[in-house]
Amino acid sequence: MARQILGRIPQLILTLLAVSFLTFMLLSLIPGDPVLSILGTDNITEEMIQQKREELGLNDPLPVRYASWLGDAVRGDFGRSQRTQQPVMDAIKERLPVTVEIGLLALTGALLITIPLGSYTAFRANGIADRVTTTVSFALRSVPGFVLALLMIYIFAVWLRLLPATGWTRLTVDPVRNLRSALMPALVLGLAEVTAYTRVLRSDMIATLQQDFIIMAKAKGLPNWRILFKHALRPSMFSLMTVVGLNIAALVGGALIVETIFALPGIGRLLVDSIYQRDLVMVQGVVLFIASSYVIVNFLVDTLYTVLDPRIRHGRA
Amino acid sequence: MSESLLERSSARSSEHEQLLQVQDLKTYFPTPRGLVKAVDGVSFELERGKTLGIVGESGSGKSVLSRSIMRLLPRKTELHGQVMFDGRDLTNMKQAELRDVWGAEIAMVFQDPMTSLNPVMRIGPQITESIRHHLGVNKAEARETAIALLTSVGIPEPIRRLKEYPHQLSGGMRQRVTIAIALACGPRLLIADEPTTALDVTVQAQILDLLKVQQSERFMGMILVTHDLGVVAGRTDDIAVMYAGKIVEQAPTDELFADVKMPYTEALLQSIPRLSNHSHTRLQSIKGRPPDLVNLPKGCRFAARCPYVQDKCLAEEPPLIPITGKPDHLYRCWFPVGTAAGEAALESNRAAGKIDHEIDPAAAGEIIA
Repeated sequence: MARQILGRIPQLILTLLAVSFLTFMLLSLIPGDPVLSILGTDNITEEMIQQKREELGLNDPLPVRYASWLGDAVRGDFGRSQRTQQPVMDAIKERLPVTVEIGLLALTGALLITIPLGSYTAFRANGIADRVTTTVSFALRSVPGFVLALLMIYIFAVWLRLLPATGWTRLTVDPVRNLRSALMPALVLGLAEVTAYTRVLRSDMIATLQQDFIIMAKAKGLPNWRILFKHALRPSMFSLMTVVGLNIAALVGGALIVETIFALPGIGRLLVDSIYQRDLVMVQGVVLFIASSYVIVNFLVDTLYTVLDPRIRHGRA
Repeated sequence: MSESLLERSSARSSEHEQLLQVQDLKTYFPTPRGLVKAVDGVSFELERGKTLGIVGESGSGKSVLSRSIMRLLPRKTELHGQVMFDGRDLTNMKQAELRDVWGAEIAMVFQDPMTSLNPVMRIGPQITESIRHHLGVNKAEARETAIALLTSVGIPEPIRRLKEYPHQLSGGMRQRVTIAIALACGPRLLIADEPTTALDVTVQAQILDLLKVQQSERFMGMILVTHDLGVVAGRTDDIAVMYAGKIVEQAPTDELFADVKMPYTEALLQSIPRLSNHSHTRLQSIKGRPPDLVNLPKGCRFAARCPYVQDKCLAEEPPLIPITGKPDHLYRCWFPVGTAAGEAALESNRAAGKIDHEIDPAAAGEIIA
């Protein structure tokens, strides 16, 4: 098993290199001179521009620039913000806990709803619960996340006054207030995923429930919950795992919108603000960070298959 | 307590220790094409310690029958008739009551051990889960029982096997595991649904012998479902031959092989290859296919494929009746094999050129090469 995972590391490194190169090219491909965006367009001379270009190493050939940039990035140095001179890595570290917390809450919540719901709707396929779930899912899926967010703010913050509409309290400052401020954003992010997850789990589960070993488990006289969760769930998780892995990106993408609506100081908000301010070094650093996390998370998800299926673990896929 | 136990046991002994009584059992599946009559009025009895073989080709309803006895059927199935197990009618039990019977009192061995064991669960918990569920013992005791069970079904190194996954075992070993699972809670009735069909020929006999040994040691009733008359020949007390959802012949095993009455049984017997045949002998097959279970013919269900067929067979369905003087040999035929009426029917068909393949064993032996 360890050998199988190690064997895939070169592939992981190649993917990360490709990701980093594309991110690096971002700076060269975006119209406009980065030097101008740093210096501004007022009262500058050609000399000042050339001096800044030299300072930033922009006159070196592309491969040299990429190599030195990558060398720094690997050591955790993504450069400094053109606006505030704050190191990009510090900004990311500052914002990361917010995005990760909301993402994890959303994911955990989504799975906590999906697993019983997907299993039950598969067990009683085409029953009342199944049909209601399908209808509600489609409704939720077709409403954009920000509409849901605004609706929730109206219900829970304005009308019921249960939760804060915007803002963030750090976990270390006040865990209860932290949870209250994280709840709605996580719900908005998570609910959108539940609809997809449930469909995926349901269809895999329906296929599993046709298997002989399920009839065998039934013939043992085991209760339904045990058949569903001890026998049927694990072999039905493969597609769900894949979709969850791919959706980590959706969580980050969703974070852009959700963090903006709920005014949360997360990575998504950092990215949006940096784009508005044309803080290209910051954008580059954040994009590289998000893309790399995405690749690594998916690599980890792939290794989880071996945990789910002992046949892969023993090299008999 | 002792009084009621006495009453029950005396009541049972007066019924010859009848373990299972199936009365006019019908299993119908509603489909878009219409009602599929998979089992259509089957009755039989099974005593404790006895083995009944149910024989028929694919689609004869034998597997559905075995699942109907346990009521392991899809939710929308129509089930009629009575299944008395140990004095209780399984057909009107609630799901929760059935769960207490399943695995504990009636157990089943399935056809394909490649698919009937959970591929992502270790062998150990697959055996112990029903022990723990039905007998309420703790983990350690259940584990001890599982080791004893694996030993008794002939699995070497049982302690190591507990930690293995099904794919690490051979087909024969896996079927031994499913038998151990079936025996786990000491059932009184064991239903084996084609237990050797998916296995290599070399292990088939081992598995059948194992079932036989376990059945007599534990004094269980056993139903052995198969398409192979050779499998049941030396291992059952009685045989019921099924065709298109009905029993067409039923008798004690020796009696059946000595005096076949139903042409379908005769045809099944002739389709078994024999060592005494020349090499390259064409195997006897039964022409045609079983009837559509949605639109069943009016007369005898085997008529379309029967070499003895007469006009009466197409018009009227024969009843299941005993041979005169042999009340336990039942058959369903207007022109039975080995009777004057049967011989005359076969002869008239032969004269009319209606038989394009000869099923007389003496003549069977057409050499191709």
